[in-house]
Amino acid sequence: MTGSSREYNESLLAISKAAGIELVEITDWNCCGATAAHNLNKELSVSLPARNLALAEFDGMEELVVPCAACYNRLVMTQHELNEDSNLKARIAEKLKMPLKNSIKILNVLQFLEKYFIPRLDELVKYPLTYDVACYYGCLLVRPNKVMHVERWEDPMAMDIIMQKLGANAIDWPFKTECCGAGFSVSKPEIVGELSGKIVRNAVGNGAKAIVVACPMCHSNLDMRRPAIESYLNKKVDIPVIYITQAIALAMGIAPKEAGIQRHFVPVNLTVNR
Amino acid sequence: MSKIGVFICHCGENISATVDVEKVAEVAGTLDGVEYSTHYKYMCSDPGQSLIKQTIKEKGLTGVVVAACSPRMHEPTFRKACAEAGLNPYLCEMANLREHCSWVHEKSDATTQKASDIVRTLVEKVKHNKPLQSIKVPITKKALVIGGGIAGIQASLDIANAGHQVVLVEKDPSIGGHMSQLSETFPTLDCSQCILTPRMVEVAQHPNITMMTYSELEKLEGSIGNFKATIRKKAKSVDEKMCTGCGLCTTKCPNKKIPSEFNTGLGTRTAIYVPFPQAVPNKPVIDKANCTYYQKGKCKICEKTCPTGAICFDQEDEFVELEVGAIVVATGFNVMETSEFAEYGYGKYKDVINGLQFERLASASGPTLGEIRRPSDGKIPEKIVFIACAGSRDPAKGKPYCSKICCMYTAKHAMLYQHKVHGGHSYVFYMDIRAAGKNYDEFTRRAIVEDEVNYIRGRVSRVYEENGKLIVKGVDTLLNAKPVEIEADMVVLATAGVANPGSEELAQRMHISYDAYNFFSEAHPKLKPVETNTVGIFLAGACQAPKDIPETVSQASGAAAKVAILFSQDELSRDPAIAVVNRCAPPLFSTCVGCFMCATACPYNAIGEELIKNRNGEVIKRVAKVNPGLCQGCGTCVAFCRSKSIDIDGYTNEQMYSEVMALLNND
Amino acid sequence: MNKEDLSFKIKQSTDVNVRECYQCGKCTAGCPLAEHMDLRPSVIMRMLQSGDKEDEDKILRSLSIWLCLTCETCYSRCPMELDIPKIMDHLRQRSLAEGKVHHDARNIVTFHKSFLNTVERNGRLHEIGLVLDYKMHSGKLFQDITVAPGMFSRGKLSILPEQIKDKKGLSRLFKNQDKNTK
Repeated sequence: MTGSSREYNESLLAISKAAGIELVEITDWNCCGATAAHNLNKELSVSLPARNLALAEFDGMEELVVPCAACYNRLVMTQHELNEDSNLKARIAEKLKMPLKNSIKILNVLQFLEKYFIPRLDELVKYPLTYDVACYYGCLLVRPNKVMHVERWEDPMAMDIIMQKLGANAIDWPFKTECCGAGFSVSKPEIVGELSGKIVRNAVGNGAKAIVVACPMCHSNLDMRRPAIESYLNKKVDIPVIYITQAIALAMGIAPKEAGIQRHFVPVNLTVNR
Repeated sequence: MSKIGVFICHCGENISATVDVEKVAEVAGTLDGVEYSTHYKYMCSDPGQSLIKQTIKEKGLTGVVVAACSPRMHEPTFRKACAEAGLNPYLCEMANLREHCSWVHEKSDATTQKASDIVRTLVEKVKHNKPLQSIKVPITKKALVIGGGIAGIQASLDIANAGHQVVLVEKDPSIGGHMSQLSETFPTLDCSQCILTPRMVEVAQHPNITMMTYSELEKLEGSIGNFKATIRKKAKSVDEKMCTGCGLCTTKCPNKKIPSEFNTGLGTRTAIYVPFPQAVPNKPVIDKANCTYYQKGKCKICEKTCPTGAICFDQEDEFVELEVGAIVVATGFNVMETSEFAEYGYGKYKDVINGLQFERLASASGPTLGEIRRPSDGKIPEKIVFIACAGSRDPAKGKPYCSKICCMYTAKHAMLYQHKVHGGHSYVFYMDIRAAGKNYDEFTRRAIVEDEVNYIRGRVSRVYEENGKLIVKGVDTLLNAKPVEIEADMVVLATAGVANPGSEELAQRMHISYDAYNFFSEAHPKLKPVETNTVGIFLAGACQAPKDIPETVSQASGAAAKVAILFSQDELSRDPAIAVVNRCAPPLFSTCVGCFMCATACPYNAIGEELIKNRNGEVIKRVAKVNPGLCQGCGTCVAFCRSKSIDIDGYTNEQMYSEVMALLNND
Repeated sequence: MNKEDLSFKIKQSTDVNVRECYQCGKCTAGCPLAEHMDLRPSVIMRMLQSGDKEDEDKILRSLSIWLCLTCETCYSRCPMELDIPKIMDHLRQRSLAEGKVHHDARNIVTFHKSFLNTVERNGRLHEIGLVLDYKMHSGKLFQDITVAPGMFSRGKLSILPEQIKDKKGLSRLFKNQDKNTK
């Protein structure tokens, strides 16, 4: 996350550092293949994530935090697939030339925040964010529900709870898990304009002053592709989109620049009462 | 000297296709003690049975082994045949060559050998069989009906009219069940309460029926003809003898905002309440959990208001013990709540309701006096969407079955809506239309053609709220899967029929079988729809599976007929395969030492004590005694007894050992 | 199912039995791209059930399978719990292998290929490399040219790719790819 989602990385590292949590990268990790791999090549879509699982085990890690929703989804699906099919697991381990126990615990950013931040938010929050916000989860954090096992998967509350604890009012809105257009950002941007446009319209219509996300693809579609959205909606919309980690950073009193707020395309004008 | 006849059945091809029956008959004929051995195509048929009877007479047989299907199938048949030929029926045993052999193996020498082995073991057992007499047990000619809905009401009336006493137990304050909540019934659109309330009154006034409302079954013991049921009569806090049903207390109660169960949460009631105006009995009860006096010690306004002093706050739950001969279970069903649907809003949208809630809206005695109004703002919906199969036929939601009644009641709901809201637009999203009853299909066609209900074949993926409207995202699969989006004012989910909460516990308390969905199991899906596997306990209505009113009434009458058949006999013949404590000559009298381990072990509380006295009336020994009316012949006591003093007639230790030895000694 | 049927091959590869679909249409009703698709998901399921060779060919040549975003909404709502996204992956792989990619979907395939090319080369995604590769292969040379300065000024364009060390291990994964679509 050093390119288009740089601010996600920055804000995650900033809040972890401030809370005294050390995050270590997997040695020599590779790209998980995301949508491209599973669309074009079945075995590659499993072997690329599996390599990361094997490397993490090799590093002696027990818990893996995966901020990117797509990578999280691919890693969990891979773990699930390898558990279901022992032949596949053996074949992949053979190809990787690495042992693979496949028992590492994989956490997405919300589960990470739930485990390590929520218990401490009362002490960490210094400047409550008193805004109406729409928490947007996207697809890959909650589906397929048979594998992801999110309790209230049509109306998740994990981010909402965090935002409430930060002092914000997380609105009840029906587009929490509607698809933003995902990987069509480059190949079919008009579709992103339509799908993300519907999400933005609903959030604004329900009174949100900001959209909070936990997925860099969703952020890019809602933020960087704002012109496509405005083209679909046929009007200007200036609702800002921030990462959940950035919201926490602001509430913790971390300087906006450290959280990468300035890197967004749509200006973020959420002031914090200092 | 044993003279046993062995009769091997081909069972058509069921046995003979896999087992060499001729060989088995041949080998059996060489066994020690076997006088006659043969094989025949259908032993259970008339000629087959005649063959057995003839052979018994001609050869003077002392025992018979019929090697055929499972004894559960035809043991009574062959025992009856033997009895007719003058041989004690308990000297006849069946060797199961079908379910235990031919049906579970491939054709081979080993299979034929196994069949021979099975025959040999039964021959050895029969050598030790003793003639037994069935046990006659008196029948208590009184029935218990659990559940006061239309099924329980019908069964009670039928049994009572046949001249027998009935106790009807209902857990709610009034009888009537779900039928009393309906507005109109398909396919005639009869007013539901109008056809039900006369029956309810008939039950209340019938001299042979004792109604116990606000009551539940606490415990059940005993067996067919001789059950002992303990009923818990929950404290109503109202003395029914003093109460005149004037209803003054319900108007004065300050706690008015309790969600009414009868109105499915769309209306409210008071803490002291009568569930609905036509309730039977029309006497109130106090809901202790919501009563200010019971919770906080203050109020008592009802007591002050009551003109006859019928309120008694210190009333306790009462336990009544009943002796009954038969039980009819008619506890009914429930429907899924809207909160169980993630994609339709988890129940948070007030204007997304289920079918039973729509019935209350449509009902003249309901919270909106029969006008279809949105629960959220009371406005009349101009566009209404009905979603069929909400939860049914849905393995993902854990209910793969069809709930049978929803297609019909959805058509009815849509028709009622069109009749009440002229100019309104209704839509039904369906997968199939199941209208298999008499006049049912014509009813649904009427909805589509005459009442102009728009039927769209496809399921709804999602319902959400936007600007006070409900956005319904469906599809028309008959138009090349065209996505259809409707902005509706109200959505009615035809939710799946499910078993009542507490069904599992009730079934376990009564020792009856139930299925994976907690519906009670019938004894045979085709031929025994009103009996359970527990003799003496019958089923009626939707507690067995979702069904409509005509089927419920039929089943209830069927169950009542079974009870009447039972009660038409003077006494019941019970299988003599029960436990017996041994007795022998003085001075021992019995090898039983009086430890009563057997009594502790017995699941049916069938073992008591017997005092053996001498001529002077002094007690010399205290031994165990089995109550032949209660013993089910399970054999647990035999396993527990340390002195081998108790044994099962017909399945004695000696008989069992002889079977085992026969299997081990293959010579 | 005959062995030559596409539905049979799908069963072998994904373990999903299309016969279980009872055509309720819930997948289409919830699909965010349904209105743009030529063959909607429930229709594709019916075509697979029929085993008709012409229909099978139409599926592989459709735009629908490439428009599918694998948002998993259909799978999460299907009453029969059919893994439609997995079927879509299989259909995509087969469509590509048999050279039947729909004309309007070519740039989607190009994007995915460019993505994987940068991963094969560097072990990690190189965004600029991806965009350049895509532009070259799709011919859309001027796409997003207005966005680039904005990305750059916000520090979101990393010019040089990150490289992993174990290139050899990675290339093993890319080599000898099974022909999954047998």
